[in-house]
Amino acid sequence: MTIKFYDDEISSRLLIGTALYPSPAIMLEAIKASKAEIVTVSLRRESGTEQAGQNFWSFIKDSGAKVLPNTAGCKSVKEAVTTAHMAREIFETPWVKLEVIGEDDSLQPDVFGLVEAARILSEDGFQVFPYTTEDLVVAEKLISAGCEILMPWGAPIGSGRGLNNIYGLRSLRAHFPNIPLIVDAGIGLPSHAAAAMELGYDAVLLNTAVAKAGDPVLMAKAFALAIESGLQCYQADPIEKRDMAAPSTPVAGLPFWNQDHA
Amino acid sequence: MNILLNGQEMTTQATSLSELLEEQGYGTAKVATAVNGTLAPASMRHEHKITDGDQIEIVAPMQGG
Repeated sequence: MTIKFYDDEISSRLLIGTALYPSPAIMLEAIKASKAEIVTVSLRRESGTEQAGQNFWSFIKDSGAKVLPNTAGCKSVKEAVTTAHMAREIFETPWVKLEVIGEDDSLQPDVFGLVEAARILSEDGFQVFPYTTEDLVVAEKLISAGCEILMPWGAPIGSGRGLNNIYGLRSLRAHFPNIPLIVDAGIGLPSHAAAAMELGYDAVLLNTAVAKAGDPVLMAKAFALAIESGLQCYQADPIEKRDMAAPSTPVAGLPFWNQDHA
Repeated sequence: MNILLNGQEMTTQATSLSELLEEQGYGTAKVATAVNGTLAPASMRHEHKITDGDQIEIVAPMQGG
């Protein structure tokens, strides 16, 4: 089943980052193994003599993936907006993974700046994928600003902690049943990604958990399986939890049964 | 003319952004440019005059999460 991100129909529910891999070749293999159709990329200062970015760009083009440029590291609305403008020109896409970072230790989004930047960019024709928290009020303001997708964090970027606030993420899903929701950041294990999908999230975006694994390609496969599993679980409508046991084997006809069992 | 190019102070003989890219060896590299915090579109680099003290950013695709 596909999911619509703005004007694009996407099959894979895994979006994968392109940083931190042992080599470009392993990055490409991992992207392929993950079955991701969308990869995140960034912009950094380029030297006229070294031109490191040109090689990277040729690898990404070889992957055939759609690119989702980010504004990682931007700490102000102006930085994020200008970076988005540069990304749109260089990658020729209206998509932007909008990050406005508010705090260095947690890399927590500055949600006030995020909403302002999202409004400016949406009015300018961008299709914004905002990296946000699970805060419902902020989510509402991002949607009012023009965002048609929300990307709440699972945990701080690169922490591998999984879903820190399952209640908050579940509430967000319940409040916005028709907005594509992507858990972005903090995923460490395939089980974390499966848990996000079991909550009804539409996709998961991750990078470090694959890139820094001992075997990134194998881990990419593991995440692809987990995400597919979590998606099918949600679609299959899992049972509710209960406090006490309920026998799965029929009680009627139990041998040796007598009144003392009742 | 003294400018700040990618955070480094330098002196340039270039008078336009396109001349600066040529002078610094970017050739046909896929880059985006910003001057004083605002995008300087590729299509305008010939006309974009550099002035003393300009802060210029030249960026390229890079790994990202």
